[in-house]
Amino acid sequence: MTAAGMTAASGDGPGDGPKPGDRLDRWITLEADGSATLHTGKVEIGQGLHIALAQLVADELGLPFERIHVAPVDTDDSPDEGITAGSRSMEETGLGIYRVAAEVRVTLLAAAAVRLGGPAAELVLAGGEVRAADGRTIACTDLAADGLLGRAFTGTAAPRPLAQRRVIGTSVGRPDLLGKVTGGRVYIQDLELPGMLHGRAVRPPGPNATLGAIDDAALRALPGVVAVARDGRFLGVVAEREEQALAALERARRSTGWDAGPDIPSIADPRYLVAAVSAETVARERSDPAALAGAVTRLDAEFTRPFIAHAAIAPSCAVAVLEGGRYTVWAHSQGIFRLRNELAKVLGVPTDAVRVIHAQGPGVYGHNGSDDVALDAALLARAVPGRPVRVQWMRDDEFAWEPFGTAMVVRLSAALDGSGRVVDWQHDGWGHGSGTRPSMAARPGVASLLAARHLAEPLAGAPPQVSGDLRNATPPYDVPNQRIAGHFVRSAPLRTSSLRGLGAHLNVFAVESLMDELAGVAGVDPVEFRLRHLEDERARAVIRAAADLAGWVPGERGDGERGRGMGYARYKDSSAYAAVVVEVEAGTEIRVSRAWAAIDAGMIVSPDGLRNQSEGGIVQAISFTLHEAVRTEGPRVATRGWETYRVLRFSEAPTIEVVLLDQPTQPPLGAGEAFTGPVAAAIGNAIWSALGVRVRDLPLTRERVVAAIG
Amino acid sequence: MTLGEDLPGMDPEAPVFEAVGFAVNGRRASVVVDPRTPLLYVLRNDLGLKGTRFGCGTGQCGTCTVMVDGRPQTSCDLPVSAVAGRHVTTVEGLANGDRLDPLQQAFIDEGAGQCGYCLSGILVSAAALLESNPQPTDQEVRAALDGHICRCGAHTRIVRAVRRAAEGARA
Ligand code: FES
Ligand code: FES
Repeated sequence: MTAAGMTAASGDGPGDGPKPGDRLDRWITLEADGSATLHTGKVEIGQGLHIALAQLVADELGLPFERIHVAPVDTDDSPDEGITAGSRSMEETGLGIYRVAAEVRVTLLAAAAVRLGGPAAELVLAGGEVRAADGRTIACTDLAADGLLGRAFTGTAAPRPLAQRRVIGTSVGRPDLLGKVTGGRVYIQDLELPGMLHGRAVRPPGPNATLGAIDDAALRALPGVVAVARDGRFLGVVAEREEQALAALERARRSTGWDAGPDIPSIADPRYLVAAVSAETVARERSDPAALAGAVTRLDAEFTRPFIAHAAIAPSCAVAVLEGGRYTVWAHSQGIFRLRNELAKVLGVPTDAVRVIHAQGPGVYGHNGSDDVALDAALLARAVPGRPVRVQWMRDDEFAWEPFGTAMVVRLSAALDGSGRVVDWQHDGWGHGSGTRPSMAARPGVASLLAARHLAEPLAGAPPQVSGDLRNATPPYDVPNQRIAGHFVRSAPLRTSSLRGLGAHLNVFAVESLMDELAGVAGVDPVEFRLRHLEDERARAVIRAAADLAGWVPGERGDGERGRGMGYARYKDSSAYAAVVVEVEAGTEIRVSRAWAAIDAGMIVSPDGLRNQSEGGIVQAISFTLHEAVRTEGPRVATRGWETYRVLRFSEAPTIEVVLLDQPTQPPLGAGEAFTGPVAAAIGNAIWSALGVRVRDLPLTRERVVAAIG
Repeated sequence: MTLGEDLPGMDPEAPVFEAVGFAVNGRRASVVVDPRTPLLYVLRNDLGLKGTRFGCGTGQCGTCTVMVDGRPQTSCDLPVSAVAGRHVTTVEGLANGDRLDPLQQAFIDEGAGQCGYCLSGILVSAAALLESNPQPTDQEVRAALDGHICRCGAHTRIVRAVRRAAEGARA
């Protein structure tokens, strides 16, 4: 899954992918054994990105997939590509690297033409060498020996034509799975360095807590404890053995002079947002008074979503060491350069005194604790110079302290004319925004990293970006009158940041729910109703494909227990097109039993990768929509474990079919977040079809459905 | 006041180091540790078997599942003293040397997993299931895995992979 992100970087670093003028060998280098290495700042977060990038390079260089390596992502070596998020990795880096690879191919062929004589068009690049028509060959490494690939990238070379693609569009399997099914040392959690110590941060009981006196001598006296670090209300322990660190953590949690502080304002009903102070942004406004004059029916509806957690399968982890005045930090961050910059800022050292090396972690689905734990590790490493410290957050820390996907409220008002066309669409959305990753707000006194706000000289938390709340707020349909407004509530009871899909989860739920209601009023089948309001052929194609796959019957209705519904969106209005039909069974539980999906993500590089990402996105969206909500209790977050924060289980997972619509001559589009909104909407519409009730507050729990039935 | 939930099994007072002996993946292991140390940390940090993964530490997610005398059990909340003299099988013990267990091969063939972090525990539970029920139904597979969380949503493929391994064994 390419995880959630933001729409624009705030001017604090280069954008993504190769830029004209970059050296070609900044991105691709040739190895003596005939293989090639791809250099990228985009990280592998379990979404298969590095596999897809390697496929693109393999085809251009005429190498088998296995002979493309991806260099470790390291601030001392890799290109700075901002963050790996927002479904942008394929669109920017993928396309850019594809063009660099094409230019490497053309450059090698031109050099070979000089060395071998004869026109470049008659030469063949394959298997690490260039072959002339008469059988003479020259190795690519010979050609590149004199710095040939130090040339500037111009972006002028065209990739090979469709007929010559061999690796793109094929499923190359998942080479990474071998280590994952055999229990290999795959994850940052498994990193073990000589002399490594185990650290734990002792988190405050709640966001408003303060720390008085602590008996750090007693903590230091515990077996194996080598350091107790305190700075303001940041407290951490370091021990020789992991279970000793846990024992010290337990003692510190019990014995320190914490004051939990004031209660967190209630978040149980997200409508608190509407009453709060907010700032308005208008994303779109268009008016056509003549069309509006034809309005005969108006529907108004209000939709809400609670705070939702990323809830990675394992809590965040990092390893850091301070040696010779320089920090080396292993992190599963989605943006290692930005993390480096912010670590330097918080630690008060020059940027080049921090090196961050990416190591794979469990799936994150946006901005969770993986950057924060890196600062914890660095702060604890500072207490024991020369010794690496591994910090593993505890489960309840991750649940209580990760930045959440924001609660939201959306109010819609839409009007139909006498012919059943939507002629007016008004959207007002409230939320706390997203995008508080490290260095996104590169201002003095501000930092994203959690512990920075707990230090004796605290930095203020990074301000969220409003734009995420408006993601996919604008309906994809042709409507002559529109006003799409976001109301950004800056003051938030909990820390928020980017979670897969950002505002698209609730916005698409709202848009597509209302479209179904409008279709009902117009007396038109909801699939047909959508098609009537869409001109984009690719949008129409995915809707038709999902409906066909599902065997959708125009005008079909559920039977009081089962029902089906559809949802559609083009993520961010610029990424993949996705449509899905789900079947809901409403018995003792609300369950999605089946899903039929269609996706157009442009040129398909890895079919099985795209399918896998789509399936995972669908399952996670079902979980978000049916079960998930962060709760608080007094001064603390109350959902601190899997028993209180419920996610979809194996017994509830649906059967899924996905059809991929390939566009081999179109650019590849990000797909990881495509289904988050459409699935939510399809579930709401299926509940309507099954039971004749609309539940507009997420999660769509059985209690809420029963209450709606009345 | 008390912070957060109590951590299971670790009273910081007066640890006594003791030798604990047991078998792991068919080999003898002996460690000298505080006997209350959860088996998970002994496997990972003393025996270098990092395949058994930490997910919650409180028995709620299944990532740390191992077999003890053939029965799946979470190792994060199991004191190492409880396995003294017993046989522990971890995910590393499923393959036969370089030959993958058919279950592991089926996961690779189905592309079952995204980040893959949940897979160690799931494979151990699935292996235990196939041992006692070689031809499970779809529902039986789901029931056997219901204590495992997969946050990436690879459920469908995982269930398919387990059934594929079962079918392969029958063929
Ligand atoms: S780590 Fe043991 S059950 Fe979660
Ligand atoms: S594959 Fe990531 S948690 Fe299962």
